[in-house]
Amino acid sequence: MAEYLLIESRDPFESNDVGYYYDLASGLVEAGNQVTLFLIQNAVFAARPSAQAPKLQALVHSGIKILADDFALKERGITKLLDGVQLAPIEIVVDHLEAGHKTLWH
Amino acid sequence: MSQKTFAIALMDPPYESENLTTAFRILDVMAQRGHNINLFAYEGAAGLAFAKQTPHPNPVHGKNVAEENHPTTKDQVTALLALAAKNGGKVDWVNCGMCVDERGVGEFVADTRRGSPADFHSFCEASDNVLAIPTK
Repeated sequence: MAEYLLIESRDPFESNDVGYYYDLASGLVEAGNQVTLFLIQNAVFAARPSAQAPKLQALVHSGIKILADDFALKERGITKLLDGVQLAPIEIVVDHLEAGHKTLWH
Repeated sequence: MSQKTFAIALMDPPYESENLTTAFRILDVMAQRGHNINLFAYEGAAGLAFAKQTPHPNPVHGKNVAEENHPTTKDQVTALLALAAKNGGKVDWVNCGMCVDERGVGEFVADTRRGSPADFHSFCEASDNVLAIPTK
């Protein structure tokens, strides 16, 4: 079993590739790995409770830890998060790198 | 946490992508924690350390250079190197040689150097972990 940090920077409403990245997260968990999905930049738009983002909502409670960058949220005036998505600082990336987790950026 | 060495690849050019804002936030944390950073500036990112970048005024808003306080990536690179050194870390900032030649940005800020993708391969082999930040 490996540990992964998947960093998503894109808004699912601007790129269909985001869905494939969510699928990668699901697949890694189904294969027995531990996965953290960190939403940064425009990717945090999908974490609004009002967002029509069913693929992200499907990841909640799937075993994937979903985090949203506090700076990106503040920049965009987003104050409420989808249940199951936690606020996190950018330090979380370095924490994972220090721990030797496989870290991917999309 | 003991000192680590990270290999980082950047590809975005200055002043265009939020990727670099996030990248510098991550690099800042690494430098604050005293880690070593081996960074390969590839393609557009080869211009980040270009020494002739110049802050400018904003005549539309009636601001002079000091009031505008326009950030340059060359100053951000210099600040990163200083922060890492202060905390006991080292930064090996390599600018892709062919990329800088193509763009005419071969004059770098101090303590950065010219190199090639082979340097990134060496960085990956010598580092505890790797983060590649591609263009969109």
